Amino acid sequence: MSGNGGAGGPLGGTAVLPGTTEVGPVHDDRRPGARRRTRPGGGPADRRPRRGRAALVPYAFISPALLLLAMFGLLPILVAAGVSLTDLDIGGLGNPETVRFIGLDNYERLFSDPGFWKALQTTAFFVVVGVPVIIAVSLAVAVALNTSESRFFRALRAFYFLPAITAIVAIALIWGYLYNSQFGLLNHLLDQVGLGPVGWLSDPTSARFSVALVAVWRATGLNIIIFLAALQSVPKEYHEAAALDGAGRWTTFWRVTFPLLRFALFFVTVTTLIGWLQFFDEPYVLTKGGPVGATTSISLFIFENGFSLNQFGYASAGSIVLLILIAVVTAVQLRMRGSDD
Amino acid sequence: MTDRRRRPLVVLVGAVLAVGALATSFPFLWMITSSLKPASEALATPPTFWPSAPSFDAYTRLFTELDFGRYLLNTLAVVAIGAVGLLAMAMAGYGFAKYRFRGRGVLFMLVLMTLMIPVQVTMIPTYLILNELHLTNTLAGIAAPTLVSAFGIFLFRQFMATIPDELLEAARLDGAGEMRTFLTIVLPLSTPILAVQGVLTFISGWNSFLWPLIIATDQDMYTLSVGLSLLNQQITVNPTLQMAGASLMVVPIIVVFVLFQRHIVQGFTMSGLK
Repeated sequence: MSGNGGAGGPLGGTAVLPGTTEVGPVHDDRRPGARRRTRPGGGPADRRPRRGRAALVPYAFISPALLLLAMFGLLPILVAAGVSLTDLDIGGLGNPETVRFIGLDNYERLFSDPGFWKALQTTAFFVVVGVPVIIAVSLAVAVALNTSESRFFRALRAFYFLPAITAIVAIALIWGYLYNSQFGLLNHLLDQVGLGPVGWLSDPTSARFSVALVAVWRATGLNIIIFLAALQSVPKEYHEAAALDGAGRWTTFWRVTFPLLRFALFFVTVTTLIGWLQFFDEPYVLTKGGPVGATTSISLFIFENGFSLNQFGYASAGSIVLLILIAVVTAVQLRMRGSDD
Repeated sequence: MTDRRRRPLVVLVGAVLAVGALATSFPFLWMITSSLKPASEALATPPTFWPSAPSFDAYTRLFTELDFGRYLLNTLAVVAIGAVGLLAMAMAGYGFAKYRFRGRGVLFMLVLMTLMIPVQVTMIPTYLILNELHLTNTLAGIAAPTLVSAFGIFLFRQFMATIPDELLEAARLDGAGEMRTFLTIVLPLSTPILAVQGVLTFISGWNSFLWPLIIATDQDMYTLSVGLSLLNQQITVNPTLQMAGASLMVVPIIVVFVLFQRHIVQGFTMSGLK
């Protein structure tokens, strides 16, 4: 929490100090200027220390946020890499002396663990099914929403965004209730049209699709916003020019609008792919990874090994493999985009 | 001329979108009507849509028989702590937008890199770090890991880069310190992006589930989301109570979102994602 102190420090200290910003306790006291910070301002003659302190000003602005990011974004990766080479478990937390360095044993165990391979396959299934569906649905809805600027169309937007901003726990309860095999609405509706009950969350194959459906429902909102923002930044003149040239609506979309969405499309593809690779929330709250592990993604596999079985070392090895996987996939996409232009 | 040709198409698209919107938001409608039914009606087959005798009993039970009052306060506290993160992100965005300094490019790249890191990688180490800092089972510990987001810093930077340098220079010539310039010139000019980020921070703090679940071990520290997940694990299923709890979490967010909807879309437009 030291970041908070950092944010509070300069705030309280400098609003009254003309000319310079107090650097605050988070800063490097070895810098020559820093030691003088108790002396307010100084006259114009006192140039040198001011200059020293002035150079620190930008760092003072960025340090609270950067410290927090470093502590909860970057440092954890180093810790995970270190822990993955040990046999740290719940006993080791209380008594650090018992933790042993075991080299790459965790990684060897991981790659010979059928559970890990199954989780990889499951994640691949979600990626293959989920990525195209999310992109197609959110792009189609965004284009449709963009056909008119009327109040009616604007009002409709909110409905599509709602799932994206709803707490996952609430979503789990709502969909769990809809999917319920005894008194759920969905099976009742199927029954009305003469179809047999579906084990939405109890049959391994159905469960995968049920969980994916909720994830798609939840993920489209944000992507619709992104596509909509991109569509609205396409200059109207382009469409008029295309219309003058006699291009139909369909041609205009694919030849004029679509190419201009390239960056949004790229952004959505990358984030959606990463999102599915990290897929966790929906299976965790809806099925806990079941039935018989059918919806256990890599993230869930890591979580189970880490927090249910308390094998922190083993789970960390899994998380490092996931991180590498995501980095590779992202790098490949960046490269493909590079050659695209 | 083109308008008249477009008319049927717009009506058709509008109709399709309206049906889609209804389907998309139907689960929420179902949630609210079910929360007002007596427990027996919520389990009945065939299910009813409108409750025969609407009542707020389930909501009362959440606050009397269960501890949702405390969960609500804890959630609000976590959201309030998020305001500190908002200030830190605004400051960082300003630092990156308006100063040239050694390491700026590298540091900003590092910030963006954290966008790629999955929470499952940081989950265990962050728990270990917070444990080391004795912040497990505290509200500060629940809020800390998500206090600052790279995306937020990025949006602030994009926006603040558009503030004219002359304004800042004028303030400095008038003798305002750097922090004072930031607080009295930059922040007021940044109201639109502050609104967007404020709403997003509120939503993510209110909804956050993973960190409260991991960090809060004591029932006194539970947030709404953790309390709600307990309802999910109850042996005797009581959909009315569950839907009331879900409504308690979802409805405030819907209200906030509807009020600020325009700003949120604008925020993404401003980020230059074209």
